[in-house]
Amino acid sequence: MSRSGRVYLWGVFAFLYLPIVLLLAYSFNESPYGSSWNRLGGEWYRRLADDPLLIEATLNSLKVALLSASLATVIGTAGAVGFSLYSFRGQTFFHGLLMITLMAPEIVMGVSLLVLFLALRIPLGSGSLLVAHITFCLPFVTVTVMSRLKDFDPRLIESARDLGASEAQAIGHVLLPLASPAILAGWLLSFTLSLDDVVVSFFVTGPDFEVLPLRIYSMVRMGIKPEVNALATLLFGLSLVMVILSQRLMARKG
Amino acid sequence: MRLSEAMVTAGRGLLPVWLLLFTLVPLLMVLAVSLLTRDETGFVTPVVTLENYRRLFDPVYLKVFTDSMAMAAFATLLCLGMAYPFAYLLSRIGSAWRGVLLTLVIVPFWTNSLIRIYAIRSLLAAKGAMNSLLLALGLIDEPVRLLYTGWAVGLGLVYVLLPFMILPLYSSFEKLDRRLIEAAADLYAGRWAIFRHVIVPLTAPGIAAGCLLVFLPALGLFYVTDVLGGARNLMVGALLKDQFLEASDWPFGSAASLIVIVWLFLMMGFYRRAQRWAGKGALDDV
Repeated sequence: MSRSGRVYLWGVFAFLYLPIVLLLAYSFNESPYGSSWNRLGGEWYRRLADDPLLIEATLNSLKVALLSASLATVIGTAGAVGFSLYSFRGQTFFHGLLMITLMAPEIVMGVSLLVLFLALRIPLGSGSLLVAHITFCLPFVTVTVMSRLKDFDPRLIESARDLGASEAQAIGHVLLPLASPAILAGWLLSFTLSLDDVVVSFFVTGPDFEVLPLRIYSMVRMGIKPEVNALATLLFGLSLVMVILSQRLMARKG
Repeated sequence: MRLSEAMVTAGRGLLPVWLLLFTLVPLLMVLAVSLLTRDETGFVTPVVTLENYRRLFDPVYLKVFTDSMAMAAFATLLCLGMAYPFAYLLSRIGSAWRGVLLTLVIVPFWTNSLIRIYAIRSLLAAKGAMNSLLLALGLIDEPVRLLYTGWAVGLGLVYVLLPFMILPLYSSFEKLDRRLIEAAADLYAGRWAIFRHVIVPLTAPGIAAGCLLVFLPALGLFYVTDVLGGARNLMVGALLKDQFLEASDWPFGSAASLIVIVWLFLMMGFYRRAQRWAGKGALDDV
C-alpha cells in the first residue's frame, strides 16, 4: 500500500480513537479542572461506587440486558433455523419484516412501541422495556445465526434422520452445535446493545425504572462531571472485551 | 418425543409472531394514530382528521424537517467521503493485520454512542483538548466557543455514525472480485471508467446500506443536540421526543415520525435496487 494510503488509514483510526483515549486519560486525573495533571488516582471511580442511583440503574440495566439477550437469542435462533431449513408461507414477507426491524432507526422503534404500549394500556416500566429490547436485539441474533447456517449442508439433517433421529434431535445434536459460535456471538451483541441503548429506552421506560444509559444521560446533561469519564472508561473496557470475545467466536470453525 | 417436535414447530413460529406484534402492528398503529384527533386527557379520540398532516407544513415544523434533513445529508456525505477510501484500503491490507484493524472498526459500533458523543463534548469544551491545542499552537489567544454550534452537531454525528458507513462498505469491497478490475484495465478502461463502471456498481449495496444506517439515525439521535448543545431545530428526533414525552400530542408526533418511516422505506427500496444492480453488473461483466 502506498504511503499516503497508510497515512489516511491511521488518520481515520486516530479520529475514531483520540476522543475516547482522552476520556480514558481524564478519568485518572484527580484535579477537577481538566487542564492540570498534578494528581493521578482513582478518586472518580470511588465516587461511582458511592452513587446509589447509579448502582441501582446499573443493576436494572444488567437485569434487562441478561434477560433480553437470552430471550432474543432463543427466539432469534429458532427463527434463523426456521428461515434457513424450511420454506413456509409468507417467508419473503417475514424476511422483509426482519430487515425492517434490523434497519429501522431507534427513534422509529421507540415511537412505534410507545404508541403500541399506550394504546394497549400496558404500563411503562421494566416489562415494556424488556419487550422493546428483545425486539431490537432479535434481528441481530437471527442474521448472525443465519449467516452461519448459510454454509450448513442440509444433508447432515437428512443423515441424522435416516439414522433414526427425530427432527428435534437432529436439530439439537447436529445443527445447533455447529451454529453455537454464532449463537453465542449473537448473545454477546444483544447484551451489549441492550446495555448501551439510549433512544428506545428513553421512550418506553417509566419513571420507576431507570437504566444505566438514561442515568448517564442525565449526568451528562447536568454538565461535565469527571465521574462520567470514569464510567465511560469502564463501559469502553467492557465493549472491548465483548468485541474481542465475539470476534474469536466467529473466527472459530463450528 | 412428541413434545419436542411440537417445540420445534412452535419455536419456528415465535420470530414471525414477534415481528408481527412488535414491528408491523406498532408501525400500522403509528399510521392510524396520525389520522386521529388529540385527546387532552387520555390517548386519542377516534375522530378521523388530516389536521396533523396539515400542521407538518406549518413553517416552524417545516424548518425543523428541512434543517434536519440537510444536517443528516451533510453527515451522510461526509461519512461516505471518509469511509469509501478507508474501506477500500482496509480490504487491501494483508490478512494478518486486517483482523485486528477490523476489530478496531467494530469496537466503536459496540460502544455506547452517548459516551462517544460525550467524548466529543470534552474534546470541544472551553477547557478541552482542542482549545488547549489551538492555544498552544498560538492560533488563538483565548478559548473559542466550539460547542453549541451546528458544526459541533455535525462533527458529533459523523464521529458516532462513521463505523456504520465503514462496515457495509468494507463488506462490499471484500466481496469485490479483483479480476473484474484487471479485465476492465485489459480492455483499456481508464482509471475513472474503472471506478465509474466497475467499482461503484459493485459496491453500490454497501453505499446504499451505509447511507441508510447513517442518514436515518442522524435524523433521530436527539441526545446529540442535547449534549453538544444548541441547534435543536437540526433534529427531527428532538421534535419527536418533545411531542411524545412532553406535549403528549401522540397524533401529531405520529404524523411527524412518519417522515422518518417513509425515508426508511424509500432507502430500503434503494438498497434492494443497488443489490440488483450489483448482481446484474457482475454478471454482465463476467
